[in-house]
Amino acid sequence: MSHTVDDIGISTTGERRAVVTAPGTAPGADWVIVARGLKREYDMGGEIVRALRGVDLAIGRNEYVAIMGPSGSGKSTLMNLIGCLDSPDGGEYWLNGQLVSAMSDDALARVRNKEIGFVFQTFNLLPRATALQNVELPLVYAGIPADERKRRATEALDSVALGPRLHHRPNELSGGQRQRVAIARALVNRPSILLADEPTGNLDSSTSQEIMKVFEELSRQGQTVVMVTHEPDIAAHARRVVVLRDGIVESDERREKFVDRVGIAHATTKVAHD
Amino acid sequence: MARPLPPLAVNLFEAIRLALGTIRTQKLKSAFTLMGVCIGVMFLIAVVSIVNGMGKYLQNDLVGKLIAINSFELRHRPNINIGDTDAATWREYQRRKRLRDYEVPAVIEALPEGTRYAVIADAQLSMMSRYGGGPRTVRVTGVEGAFFDIKSLEVTDGRLFTSQEYAMGTPVVVIGPDVVERLFPSLNPIGREVRIAGLPYTVIGITESQGSAFGMSFDNVAYVPLQAPAKRLFNAEPSMIDAVLIQSPSEAEMTEAMEATRQVMRTQHQLRPSQKDDFALQTADSALAFWDKLQGYLVLAGVALPAFGLVVGAIVIMNIMLVAVAERTSEIGLRKALGARRRDVLAQFLVESSTLGAVGAIAGVGLGVFLAFVMRQVTPLPTVVAPWSVALGVLVGAGVGIISGVYPASRAARLDPITALRQE
Repeated sequence: MSHTVDDIGISTTGERRAVVTAPGTAPGADWVIVARGLKREYDMGGEIVRALRGVDLAIGRNEYVAIMGPSGSGKSTLMNLIGCLDSPDGGEYWLNGQLVSAMSDDALARVRNKEIGFVFQTFNLLPRATALQNVELPLVYAGIPADERKRRATEALDSVALGPRLHHRPNELSGGQRQRVAIARALVNRPSILLADEPTGNLDSSTSQEIMKVFEELSRQGQTVVMVTHEPDIAAHARRVVVLRDGIVESDERREKFVDRVGIAHATTKVAHD
Repeated sequence: MARPLPPLAVNLFEAIRLALGTIRTQKLKSAFTLMGVCIGVMFLIAVVSIVNGMGKYLQNDLVGKLIAINSFELRHRPNINIGDTDAATWREYQRRKRLRDYEVPAVIEALPEGTRYAVIADAQLSMMSRYGGGPRTVRVTGVEGAFFDIKSLEVTDGRLFTSQEYAMGTPVVVIGPDVVERLFPSLNPIGREVRIAGLPYTVIGITESQGSAFGMSFDNVAYVPLQAPAKRLFNAEPSMIDAVLIQSPSEAEMTEAMEATRQVMRTQHQLRPSQKDDFALQTADSALAFWDKLQGYLVLAGVALPAFGLVVGAIVIMNIMLVAVAERTSEIGLRKALGARRRDVLAQFLVESSTLGAVGAIAGVGLGVFLAFVMRQVTPLPTVVAPWSVALGVLVGAGVGIISGVYPASRAARLDPITALRQE
């Protein structure tokens, strides 16, 4: 087996960086996500839809990456694969040094529980549970004892400034507060990546900015963040933007290049991150 | 599964609390769900306790009153037939020879030491007095021997027969409380005249009350010495008698006495070894034999009928759970995204459905016990709730919950997290 050089990573400083590993071997510890030739097809009533046609992607520790693309580009499919909600039909996917593309359902559930913190467009909070109970949920499935669950969930809610809202139910919280509960829930298991699917899709623009600030702060603290969005000005908050089209990576560039190319005039891109 | 299940992520206590929460927040839906199981279990408890009560009733109040302890009756055919006499048996009974008083001494002779006996002949006869209303039909029993001792029957007023009265056939009578009430309203009957089928008798005693069974009073009775003038009225021929009551000091001696009686009677009736007895030795057990058989059927019915309720309950629970799974698809998707394995989701819904079933069953137990209590108050049946039926009821309720939850829960567990999450 010959070594190949996959020129598919971009470092936090924006320089292209080589992932020096052969297919079938684990990438170095710097890489949280390494996908090689990911394929995913759907059978839509006899017609084969090739949602992903060979995606190569490497995301390093502490990166803040936005995945963009028009609808039908395959970005949701890619997100499902990255989030271990789905398995690829071809290629391999390494998450934090584990080959997850060949895992069983239960093993995937465990990986989702330990490695991934989901933030959804629709928040997906349990309506009858309090903020605290919602944040405790991943810890329940991690088998953490009740008192430690409560302590860690309280900490996580404190970190998103929701300390005073522990016992509120979702319908007693604003949209931004709900999404912050969801972020606390995503972070409570200290995941390798925070995976956000259109996190601002159901929020007004000022609340969106509030959530983007939370992401910014998390990234600054060293959290790897992957965000799927179709809004260029939201994508511009990330430090690296991957654009998908027709199931392949169309562009993969630093934020500045993306902003220049797409021409985002919004002042929102001026969020400090250095 | 080859390897042992790892402990479930959500512990049972929490899961039950969660399920109870669901029941609380969806009261109406839960009430309907619970009803099927509740009614099923209620009938299970009630029917079993009624059957038990009937058994106790027959044993203590009916047969127990008719047949004294360690005693049996020699009769030409059994007179307590709780329902199992078919036509052929009945015809055979009709052809049997009647007992004769001249057969009795040989039987008495054969009985072991210490055995008591009484000879009786009885009939429904009309009685009247000049103090009361019209004639009244009363069961008049001609007795001889230790009848009152064997029945442990005492008088509340007056006295029993003397040996002289037995021997002479004196026209004296001991009457039951119902007869007193009817023939001697607000009068002390002792020493007064009463007519039995037109024959004058003198009342010498009043028996204590012997209660009733199935609404039939045991107090509409009168006892006379067997040899008294009414003897010819009891049966077609004066020598015919209805029964010999035999009581032994112990159960073992009773068996001995029965065997001795059987041999003497077979000899007197000149039966060949191949021929069956043409007389009956009736004991409390033989009178209750049919009941034992019937009780089996009734308990079976008591279990089978509620089973319909439980099947209905199971179908309702299954539907409710399917609706719950459909309603909570996105919740299931979320739980899976957050790391719930199939078995975690399966367990969650199974605990929920079995909690539904168990809560229904507990409500059913409560209602069943209440129903049994009401039956005891308003009917003469001493209904007794069988502890096993309570345990069975709760177990069956939870079992129904689990069984009817399996399909919805496995559907929930198999849901694809992606499609489940997309659903709103």
